[in-house]
Amino acid sequence: MSKPIIATTSLAGCFGCHMSILDIDDRILELFELVEFNKSPIDDIKKFTKKCDIGLIEGGCCNSENVHVLKDFREHCKILISLGECAIMGGLPAMRNGIPIRECLEEAYLNSPTVVANDERIIPNDPELPMILDKVFPCHEVVKIDYFLPGCPPRADLIWEALVALISGDEMNLPYEIVKFD
Amino acid sequence: MSQFVRFTIDGTECMAAKGQYIVEAAKENGVYIPTLCNFPGVKPKGGCRICTIRVNGRLMTACTTPVAEDMSIENEVKDIRELRKSIVELLMVEGNHFCPACEKSGQCELQALAYRFQIMAPRFPYQFPVRKIDASHPKIMKDQNRCIQCKRCIRAIKDEKGRNIFAYRKRSSSVEVVVDVKLGKQLTDELAQKAMDVCPVGSILVKEKGFVIPIGERKYDNMPIGSDIENMQVSKI
Repeated sequence: MSKPIIATTSLAGCFGCHMSILDIDDRILELFELVEFNKSPIDDIKKFTKKCDIGLIEGGCCNSENVHVLKDFREHCKILISLGECAIMGGLPAMRNGIPIRECLEEAYLNSPTVVANDERIIPNDPELPMILDKVFPCHEVVKIDYFLPGCPPRADLIWEALVALISGDEMNLPYEIVKFD
Repeated sequence: MSQFVRFTIDGTECMAAKGQYIVEAAKENGVYIPTLCNFPGVKPKGGCRICTIRVNGRLMTACTTPVAEDMSIENEVKDIRELRKSIVELLMVEGNHFCPACEKSGQCELQALAYRFQIMAPRFPYQFPVRKIDASHPKIMKDQNRCIQCKRCIRAIKDEKGRNIFAYRKRSSSVEVVVDVKLGKQLTDELAQKAMDVCPVGSILVKEKGFVIPIGERKYDNMPIGSDIENMQVSKI
């Protein structure tokens, strides 16, 4: 039997969840024995080269590129997992959801005290740039998500237990200490 | 001498003083009934419905119903657990509960209940309501994003003359808990801390200090809410 294939990505996230994947320590060697990685920052494969079994999504959707990548993942992965608070509920980026998007952009590019080199007062609008969304969306409001692993970041043990359970088909071992929202 | 009554919770024989609220009576018998708007020593409100139980076939709130002879109480059954879980999920999507950015995380009763019910993600769509933070008071902040309107602060925090420091403003879906402008200014350090402790979520915070207890040592980091009651040694009848 061929190894299950895993893909991972970070959308509107801080890469903390990916750091937490690495936090499984030497079990990462075991993980590489168990699975094969495809599109992921871990092996730096930029595009899907085949269908994957498991997709791990870090971060919510804050711009059009995030939505595009997420839909691409849904198309290529049998199982999608929201990894961490940002993917599940928007997380810290979603704290802008109560502020109008114009106000956010003006604060970032025009009015902030750290803006020093924008004499022409330009808010970036090049067509090459991904369009920013009016709100940050949880992943499951954009595509179907199969499983959720909460945490900021999700504890390494939680990620490990979830992957092992998915690969082996056994029921997941869920001690109280490993499911946390922060 | 107070009278005692016998009743059952999920088939287990229990005994308690007559007239005691079911939540308290269950606690004395080592049975945890989850609560949120209830606070020991404060008159119960029956607002959040987390403590819903089935008494002789009828749904009731355990915090407002006195225990009586021969009551047959259902607590840990599938449909009631599901109902309680739904309430927690609804509360989590109704406000802006950003746990990673909240000072009360790890000590928050709403979060602790979500842990207890193993909620990985709420089944309902996030509302992201637009709400304000009132930081105008010298000692405390009132964050409306996190308020669940349990009224615990209104009911428990009074000044030396017995006047309420917190109050409801507006009505229906726009109702919010606010701090009395004049009395809020006279708030002592002690009362400000008490208000923060009474708040089940992170809606009332004491200013100029935070994240005092390190992650891993907070109230609900290692033990689920209610486990202290469940692990209590109960003298059997």
